[in-house]
Amino acid sequence: MAHEQHNYLNHQKGIWSWLTTLDHKRIGIMYFIAIMSFFFLGGVFALLVRAELFTPGKTLFSADVYNRMMTYHGAIMVFMVIVPGIPAIFGNFVLPIMIGAKDVAFPRLNLMSWYMLMIGAAITGSTLFLENVDTGWTFYTPYSSIKTGMGVIPMVLGVFIIGFSSILTGLNFIVTTHKLRAPGMTMNRIPLMVWALYSTAILQVLATPVLAITLLLLIAEKTLGVGIFDPQLGGDPVLFQHFFWFYSHPAVYIMILPAMGVISELVATYSRKIIFGYTAIAYSSLAIAGVSFLVWGHHMFVSGQSEFAGVLFSFITMLVGVPTAIKLFNWIATMYKGSIRLDAPMLFAIGFMFLFTIGGLTGVYLASTGMDVHFHDTYFVVAHFHYVMVGGTLMALMGALIYWFPKVTGKIYSDLLGRISWVFIFSGFNVTFFPQFILGNMGMPRRYYDYLPTFTELNQMSTFGSWLIGTGFLVGLFGVFHALMKGKEAGNNPFGGKTLEWTIPSPPPHENFDKTPVLTGGPYEYR
Amino acid sequence: MSTANHTGGFHHAHHFDSAEHQYESSKQGIWLFLVTEILMFGGLFVGYSIYHSLYPQVFHAGSKQLSVVLGAVNTVVLLFSSFTMALGINYVQRGLKNKAIIALAVTIACAAIFMVVKFFEYTHKFHVGTVPGKYAYTEELNASGEKVTKVGALLAEANKLSVAEREHKLHLDETEYEHLTLLERTKNWPLFFGFYFVMSGIHGLHVLAGAFLIFWVLLKVIKNQVGPEYYTPVEGVGLFWHVVDLIWIYLFPLLYLVG
Repeated sequence: MAHEQHNYLNHQKGIWSWLTTLDHKRIGIMYFIAIMSFFFLGGVFALLVRAELFTPGKTLFSADVYNRMMTYHGAIMVFMVIVPGIPAIFGNFVLPIMIGAKDVAFPRLNLMSWYMLMIGAAITGSTLFLENVDTGWTFYTPYSSIKTGMGVIPMVLGVFIIGFSSILTGLNFIVTTHKLRAPGMTMNRIPLMVWALYSTAILQVLATPVLAITLLLLIAEKTLGVGIFDPQLGGDPVLFQHFFWFYSHPAVYIMILPAMGVISELVATYSRKIIFGYTAIAYSSLAIAGVSFLVWGHHMFVSGQSEFAGVLFSFITMLVGVPTAIKLFNWIATMYKGSIRLDAPMLFAIGFMFLFTIGGLTGVYLASTGMDVHFHDTYFVVAHFHYVMVGGTLMALMGALIYWFPKVTGKIYSDLLGRISWVFIFSGFNVTFFPQFILGNMGMPRRYYDYLPTFTELNQMSTFGSWLIGTGFLVGLFGVFHALMKGKEAGNNPFGGKTLEWTIPSPPPHENFDKTPVLTGGPYEYR
Repeated sequence: MSTANHTGGFHHAHHFDSAEHQYESSKQGIWLFLVTEILMFGGLFVGYSIYHSLYPQVFHAGSKQLSVVLGAVNTVVLLFSSFTMALGINYVQRGLKNKAIIALAVTIACAAIFMVVKFFEYTHKFHVGTVPGKYAYTEELNASGEKVTKVGALLAEANKLSVAEREHKLHLDETEYEHLTLLERTKNWPLFFGFYFVMSGIHGLHVLAGAFLIFWVLLKVIKNQVGPEYYTPVEGVGLFWHVVDLIWIYLFPLLYLVG
């Protein structure tokens, strides 16, 4: 049976063999452990932020502490969890296997990326014990550059290093996809997960350097006072926003594209049907990546940019809806007349479609310049991007976890625990964030420590929902330990998947394939 | 990757089909990395062009302070170093070990010359007070209650002296004295030096990194770890070095000449 086999887990032994491993599968697991720890920390900050907002005025902490918690929640979740999440964990594990490769193109660089994430996280985390870091995850000037303390420098430096990690992972994936595909694996036969990771990698390589220089300029501003963002010295604080969103808007798609890749896999497998519109889904990933570079201005509708710029950015922003809708409709068309099994991963996939659709449609509101003036910097925006990023990425992350768990560990994740987790996360998510749409429409500003008594009930509902989400993820975590201890042996292909990773043993052998596979058809040939 | 170390019996890593396959992949990776370098400097170029169009007089007055001669010397030095780097790659590919060592050593020497010239440029800027942003100002206030710049303080001192004494005591020749006077009359001039120090500073760090990388491949040449069958690291470092030169070729006219 599986436990007597020679596989990547027992290929070498000891903690040192893990810390120096060049095996993409082991690096994927190291990413999983690291990123889930960050996720736990970011989640605790989220619960504390919501707890503070349970009543108007002071509930638990001072305003200063609240500002810091909000900053850490945002920075940890964005830079250390959602951006690296799916590509670093599941991309590392499945991408080479899915294209029939023995490893990623640059295994040492892959390990280095992991260490850079760790170093960056340590530097950023060290600011917890340093001077006040209360800028929010966006580090907007002039507050970050002139007003607040020097703790911003290590914070930003850590994010800069994490950015490096992201660039190197993206670079590695691009070359792997170009150069290491098995014979017969043409670009039009690679699984949609790989297409999604490939598009993400392009974004990582093209957008992250701009974040790098922006953060370096912020450091230069704080240490040398170069004046680029300081109006007193002739600079312009809004330039920071242009630079920042030129990265950070594409970064939103770095977060969501891999999730869409996961959903494509899940929908095909659990509908037992050939994916509808393979090329449309594949190329819409590239289209989203392309358009994402042209829309950053919608973050600045009220910054005093020209009306023409506002109209243009509004139009291009709405254009992103087209490739996104193409994906959604193709998933639904795939499910149509499929033999759908509502196992836990499929529930997460359907949850993704539900939440992401709400997030996407409210995005159209915010893309309209007139509406945005009303909703700008209110809880409506908070609800919108949580629906997109959390409802999108984290739903997909959970789905991916349960779907590939047997392949990674050789044990089956309890479907019951998966479903319980889904019920809590999905319902809790709506209870938390739906009231925030209403709060935002009523005019409650985001980031604020205090609010009017009128908003109390909706805020309490939202806080209650956050406990449900927390419970859901704890159940999910318990499921991991439960499966590791008591999970059933998985076998090669417990879910009837058609992509290459299901043709090899679980857990996979050290070099993935005993002999290089030769492809003769597409990835989802069900019927 | 771990076995990729012997020229004579070079083995490609296990996940590649052949040495050629590994070489092609590595080269693609290096090119992608260079794209990110260009994009990172791209942010600076964008910032530069925005402020240049907003305050042309600031950039004009600022660039007058830079020594075109020293900038030009550095440009020639870097161009020459690109040539010696290319020679070095060629010699490694042809197995001419000693010539390769000389070519790479000359390249490192050029990097050193570049940094020494930069050092003199920087220290002179510090001396006359043309420094970035807030550091350009002293704590003193002038009659109208505005903070005085260091250049202003230096000029006030210079105005009390004769021309000969300026040369002698303050190391200011007459042209420089005139340039500084022009600069002092321009509002917000420290912004230019913000760009100058950030752009040339980050470029300088890349020169240092490049020099270390060239030293690393030089050691590989000496230890016979690279040669006609395997020269990926030499070529990769060479490409990086050419990009560092290329960026300087844009920085030189932008900072020293366009003004």
